[in-house]
Amino acid sequence: MAQNRKKPPGKKPPGRGVSLSPEEYRTLAKQAEPKRNAFANAVRAFLVGGLICVIGQLVQTVYIEWFGFEKKEAGNPTVATMILLSVLLTGFGVYDKIAQWAGAGTAVPVTGFANSMASAAIEHRSEGFVLGVGGKMFKGGRPGRSSFGTVAAFLVAIVYMMFHPELIKGGK
Amino acid sequence: MQLMGRQSWLFDRRPVILATGTVVGPFEGQGPLAADFDHVHDELSIGQDSWEKAERALFEEAAQLAAKKAGIAMDQVRFLVGGDLMNQIISSTFAARTLAVPFIGVFGACSTSMLSLATAAMLVDAGGAPYAMAVTCSHNATAEKQFRYPTEYGSQKPPTAQFTVTGAGAALLGRSGSGPVITAATIGKIVDFGVKDPFNMGAAMAPAAVDTILAHMNDLNRSPDDYDLIVTGDLSKVGHRLALELFAREGFPIDKTVYSDCGMMIYDYEKQNVQAGASGCACSAVVTYGHLLNRMKKGELKRILVVATGALLSTISYQQGESIPCIAHAVAIESGVN
Amino acid sequence: MDLVRAFLVGGTICLVGQLLMDVFKMTAPYAMTALVVSGAVLDGLGWYDPLIEFAGAGATVPITSFGNALFHGALQELERYGWIGIITGMFEVTSAGISAAIIFSFLAALVFRPKG
Repeated sequence: MAQNRKKPPGKKPPGRGVSLSPEEYRTLAKQAEPKRNAFANAVRAFLVGGLICVIGQLVQTVYIEWFGFEKKEAGNPTVATMILLSVLLTGFGVYDKIAQWAGAGTAVPVTGFANSMASAAIEHRSEGFVLGVGGKMFKGGRPGRSSFGTVAAFLVAIVYMMFHPELIKGGK
Repeated sequence: MQLMGRQSWLFDRRPVILATGTVVGPFEGQGPLAADFDHVHDELSIGQDSWEKAERALFEEAAQLAAKKAGIAMDQVRFLVGGDLMNQIISSTFAARTLAVPFIGVFGACSTSMLSLATAAMLVDAGGAPYAMAVTCSHNATAEKQFRYPTEYGSQKPPTAQFTVTGAGAALLGRSGSGPVITAATIGKIVDFGVKDPFNMGAAMAPAAVDTILAHMNDLNRSPDDYDLIVTGDLSKVGHRLALELFAREGFPIDKTVYSDCGMMIYDYEKQNVQAGASGCACSAVVTYGHLLNRMKKGELKRILVVATGALLSTISYQQGESIPCIAHAVAIESGVN
Repeated sequence: MDLVRAFLVGGTICLVGQLLMDVFKMTAPYAMTALVVSGAVLDGLGWYDPLIEFAGAGATVPITSFGNALFHGALQELERYGWIGIITGMFEVTSAGISAAIIFSFLAALVFRPKG
């Protein structure tokens, strides 16, 4: 079999490279993206998120009725319990399956925060407990949130303080 | 060997693929090509206590299988050309430590299969080695852990995302013998069209694939109908569609042959939740060395062009807002007796 | 009745998060950060506490409450000690959640292996 057949004369081969400009290509690529089903995702996020909050509400009620917490104080143990539940689900390898379906429904509640820390801790155990588990626990995007959230709260507080100058001195 | 055109080689000595070794993980074993792989593991951990160790175990196994099937002892293999997705290609280097073969480490991300095959073919054809082996591997968990999120993290993958194949593919090349032969290769240039989304690699890589294919045809004065099949490594649904668009715009008659993509072949879209399809170094390796060469042995394919595609980003480049530079390497394989 | 309100408010906040990701194409970390920040801002405006009264866990469970708690802590200390309180106060109120997450995650790493 000849390796190198001559092309029939008069036939112009295509050029060497892609002639589209990068911008044109990116527009093309955007159009080729399969559409996310935003509506279905939104519905699922709503349902799962609402459900998780309902569970939180039940847990909170338990703490108030059975353990005698005041409504104000019951928030802390409730959050801790929700965190424990999501850490367990993460450990059992179940959380990520639910999350693929539920999207923001599992990410937005405090369960998402717990999952990101727990999954990082579990994953990086192979690098040891100090550098791996301890060092990389905050790897999953959460350091961004906590640090940024802190800065935001700081800025909001400063703005607030400017509107309430009587507070600068303190002693209320 | 001869230099052809700008970036291609013609291998007139026609190095032979004496044997291949393909091993995959359990998820790949549930796909339609399971019967074409030498070994399907039933646990993602491959019996190891870390994902990283699992990946190198796959590499070692594939290499050893290829040598065994060819009836060659590992120390007769003069050079091992290999690479993977891990930082500093540790899966390949640690496996090469076990295999104890002089090692040429290469990084091509998911294009490593054809990059290593072309390099090994060049070695054998130029008389630099009687036997050379090209190996690559990837593992879903190590890739997720390094590039994206911890494996138990609950993120919702978009429909453009791809699923990294767990597996390894090895090809042992020799100067003579019976088996498919490597007749030509085209080394790609890095092509970057400014796509930044690491969850849409197919779109990032498509221009590189098209660029290399066009260069190949130009350098070797060939056209698509010279091949029974042109297959890209892992463009998957989104990238494949974009490549077809690009071919159309260049007036390239891709429809004269069958144009397929390994990333679309290895999983069952109906039963396996893989969004756009497969990716990973092992994708093109196991599909080519297992499935496509089997088809060639059965006589269904006579002349194929395998174009493996890779996205050359790192976690830092992405976080710094850089786009994703990509590359594609093509190897022409023919059935034939040397 | 409590449960219904928790469901509706919590679900809505999650819905907003999903829209941030799907429609505004934010990745999860950015979307979550935006929600934390809005919790802080809403509390600054004095709107988040009434929301908690109304919806209970529907407002305390989503991550917006983290921003609210951060601001609350800052505010408490601001009122007591003046401007320095902004810095010292911020982590007062959220420490339970963060400590729980750290401790439980650490324990999980002892017990669990990643499943892939």
